[in-house]
This record gives sequence, structure tokens and C-alpha cells, in this order.
Amino acid sequence: MSADTGRDRNRPIRCLIAKVGLDGHDRGAHVIARAFRDAGFEVVYSGLHRAPEEIVQAAVQEDVDVLGISILSGAHNTLVPKVVEGLEEYGAFSETVLIVGGIIPEEDRDRLREMGVAAIFGPGTPMQETIDFVRENAPIRADDPA
Amino acid sequence: MTDRDSPEVADRNQQLVASLLDGEHRALARVISRIEDRAPGHRDLISRLHPHTGDAAVIGITGSPGAGKSTLVDKLAAAYRDRGDTVGVVAVDPASPYSGGSVLGDRIRMAATVGDMDVFVRSMSARGRLGGLSTATTDAVHALDAFGKDVVIVETVGAGQNEVDIVRTADTVGVVVQPGSGDDVQMLKAGILEIGDVFVVNKADMDGVDRLLAELEEMLHRREADGPPAGGVGHHGRTAGSAARGGPTSEARSDAGDQNPDPDPDPDPDPGVDVSSWDPRVVTTVATAGEGIDDLVGAFDAHTRYLRESGAGRHRARSRHAAEIRRLVREDANVLLDAEIRRQGGVETLAERVRTGDTDPYAVASAIVGPIADCVDADGESAERDDATGGSAPGRDPGSDA
Repeated sequence: MSADTGRDRNRPIRCLIAKVGLDGHDRGAHVIARAFRDAGFEVVYSGLHRAPEEIVQAAVQEDVDVLGISILSGAHNTLVPKVVEGLEEYGAFSETVLIVGGIIPEEDRDRLREMGVAAIFGPGTPMQETIDFVRENAPIRADDPA
Repeated sequence: MTDRDSPEVADRNQQLVASLLDGEHRALARVISRIEDRAPGHRDLISRLHPHTGDAAVIGITGSPGAGKSTLVDKLAAAYRDRGDTVGVVAVDPASPYSGGSVLGDRIRMAATVGDMDVFVRSMSARGRLGGLSTATTDAVHALDAFGKDVVIVETVGAGQNEVDIVRTADTVGVVVQPGSGDDVQMLKAGILEIGDVFVVNKADMDGVDRLLAELEEMLHRREADGPPAGGVGHHGRTAGSAARGGPTSEARSDAGDQNPDPDPDPDPDPGVDVSSWDPRVVTTVATAGEGIDDLVGAFDAHTRYLRESGAGRHRARSRHAAEIRRLVREDANVLLDAEIRRQGGVETLAERVRTGDTDPYAVASAIVGPIADCVDADGESAERDDATGGSAPGRDPGSDA
């Protein structure tokens, strides 16, 4: 039927690639968005300078499987928790795989993971690694088409 | 065709619809996903939503890439919010023909209404499905309608028949053009002109606006002159086309709010004047600066009023339902036909037999459709059979799909 790239699923994986906060560097987000598209995912791109609430709004409305936040500004410790809180508020957190890409210092990573970030991809991560991670971890929903 | 729904699917649907009607955004989002994925039980889901639909004003926005549709939709949404209307947006983007994936970028332009959950924006990928896209879009619009959105905007690139089919499902169609690109006039020639109720000349601060306006006026003038003799129903070629065939079927269904069952496809005393009495409006805007947006909302409102007061709205709703029914039947028939093709060895095998001169495509097609034709012959009157084959498309589709 439709293009199917996931392993055990009959629908395309939906992702939101989001730029959050005052961070104008979107090359990485663009590259990831394209790579995900070429992997057969449906990618919603948020555009630049989004507030955490906007990211939450987009993730909930678009009903994405994966939320990828790109941050190169160093504000991850304040912005990521706000996104997590927002998703929880709408009951969307448990069914969304949250990944973070960009410059995240080693000492901050554990804290982000504890918060519920499933994976952190720093500079130099091979694209295929990120794609494989998404394929393997995108949630299978109870009501997915068989 | 998967609608032998298990009780648990029915339960889940019931809960989902209850949450949606309760105003839960996540339920609405999930309903749209299931509709889009054609998940098991999605038909039941849509049936449950149906009684709650019909209140939203559905506006289709189309135009060539870069004409400013997304920005315009953003500003429109803000304008509707300002007067207290809730808004739903379905933004359709093409999918890559190679990977089936897509980058849906319409949200990038969404800035005026951020943080306002009363604007519900959903991006939709064409996903390489041919006929199914307009069905999925229509059903998503129903979901937003049932949720209680006052206005639902469907945005799509006006690049092909598929997209034209999508905007046709709207009550009011806005066609966005920009000055300084000959392509737009070309696009209008390609059939979009006929479906526009309101033409939006965006980027009106650019050179060439006057020329574009003049060209548009001339084309619209010609459309008016050409319209009636061609279809008999003036502006909306589709209304003419589908009403002619949709009439007999829709008689049986009495439309809600229709006091007298219409014996005629056109319910109004003066059919000639009625449907063609809407003169398409031309509005100039500079979407990035928010100029002309109020005029545009005014034009859409005027068209909504026209639909209500003239009876053309009933007409349109009926032809829309007729198209929907026809589309669904065609999709179902395609599933049956695909199964039959598989049963007869698969299309590859059949094609190879044609290649080697063993048989010919027509004979193969007859052999596949034959059993269905027999059933129809056995059950129905010959008149009904005429009607069934009249919609030529079912015969065409299996070939193009296979």
C-alpha cells in the first residue's frame, strides 16, 4: 500500500524536527530533515526560533512518533524540560520518542536522559545511526494498522 | 474493506470519538492519524463523526509553489481567531516519489497563531497514493469539523488533478496567484480557473500587479461568457458534471434542512441564474504585511453567505457527497479488482502473457471484471447497470493502478 519503511509497521514514521529558542543555526536540522525524508519518514519541520510551547503544540497536533530537537545554543537545560512538561500536559509524552541533536556537553547528557530524552546525537554522528535509531525505537501503537 | 471490526476496535473508536467531542486535542490528532493511515476501523470512526459534521465553513486555498499560500493561511487563521472563530488547517505537501518520505514545511510559516491551540494545524503528505489523498483530506476535514472548528482551511499546491480534487471538496475555493510569473497564468489555463470562487493576487507590492489583474479579469470574463453553454451550471464545471449524474441518487437521500425533496438536480426555481450568480471576486493582498486579509475574509464570508442564501450551498454539498460516494465505491471496487487480479496470477503474469501474444489487455480486463459484471447483471435492472457503467472511471482505474 503506502510507502512503508518501518520494520513492523504499516504506516510511515512521522517526525517533527524542531529548532527551539534563539538559535539560528539550522543547517543540521535541514540535513536531518532531508535524510529522514529520504529514509521514507514524514518530516514536519518547525522552522527557526520556536518557543517550547510551539514545539509542543506542533508535536501534539501532528501526532508525531518522534520529536527531534536541534539545539546549538547551549540552552538545552532550560528548553528541553519545558518541552517535556508540555508533552506530559497533553498526555503525549509517553508515546513520543524524544531525541536531541546538536552541541550537548557530556556532563549534561545524563540529566537530559533522566528527563526522558531517548538519545542524544552530537556532531559527527553518522546519519545512518540516527535513522536506524528512529526506525528501531519509533513506538508501535496499539491501534496501528496490522 | 477491513470493516469486520473487532469489538475492541469499536470500543477504542467510541472512546476516541468521545474524547474528540470533548475537546481533547490529542484525540483529534490521533483520529486524523488513523484516518490518514486508513487504519483498521477508520470507516467506523468516520461514521461516528459524521453526525457531528456540517457546521464548519470549509475553505480551500490553492496556488503555485511560492505564491504565498502558507503565509496567507497563517494570516487568515489569525484574522478568524481575532473575531473569535476557531480554526483548523490541513496543509497538504507532496511526497518524494523515490522514498515515499516527505518534508512538510507549512508549519514554518505559521507564526501569527503560535501557542494558540484553537488553531489546529495538521500537515499531510501525499504519500504517493493516487486517488486516496482527497479521501483522506476530506475525512480529516470532517474530523476538524466534528471537533467544532468554525473554519477549516485546506491548503494545497495547485499542481495537478489530485490537488484540484482536494480543493474541490471545499465550500469556498481561493486561488492564490502572484505577479511577475507567467506560470501563474499558465496554471490558471490548466483548469484551476474554473474552480476558483475568490482569486487572491498576493505579493501585490511587486511589479506587474496591474497586468496580472487585467489578465485575470479578462479570463474571468471569458469564463463567464463560456460557462453556461458548456455545463449549463455556470462557474462550477464540477457542479455541472456531478450534478447531472448525482441527481438521481441524491433524490433518495433527503438532505438535512431541505423541506421539499427536490425532483430536479437543481432545486431552485430559476436554475440558470442560481448557481452562476456568484461572480468570482479578485482580492489583492500582501500576506507578509497582513494587507488585504480583511478584504479576503470579507470575500470568503460573502461567498459563504451566497452559498447559504442562494441554495447553491445545498447544491454543492450534494455534489460533494455524490463525489465522495463515487470515490469510495471506486476505491472499494479497486480493492476487489486487485484481489481478483491476484487470484488470476497477478498483474506481472498477466502482462507477460500479453507480451508473449498469448492474450490481449482487453481480454484480460474483461476476464477480471466479468464476475463483478455478472453479479450486477443478475441483481439489478438494466437501468441501474447503465448508471454503474456511466461513471467510466471504475473501468479505467484498475489499469492505471496495477
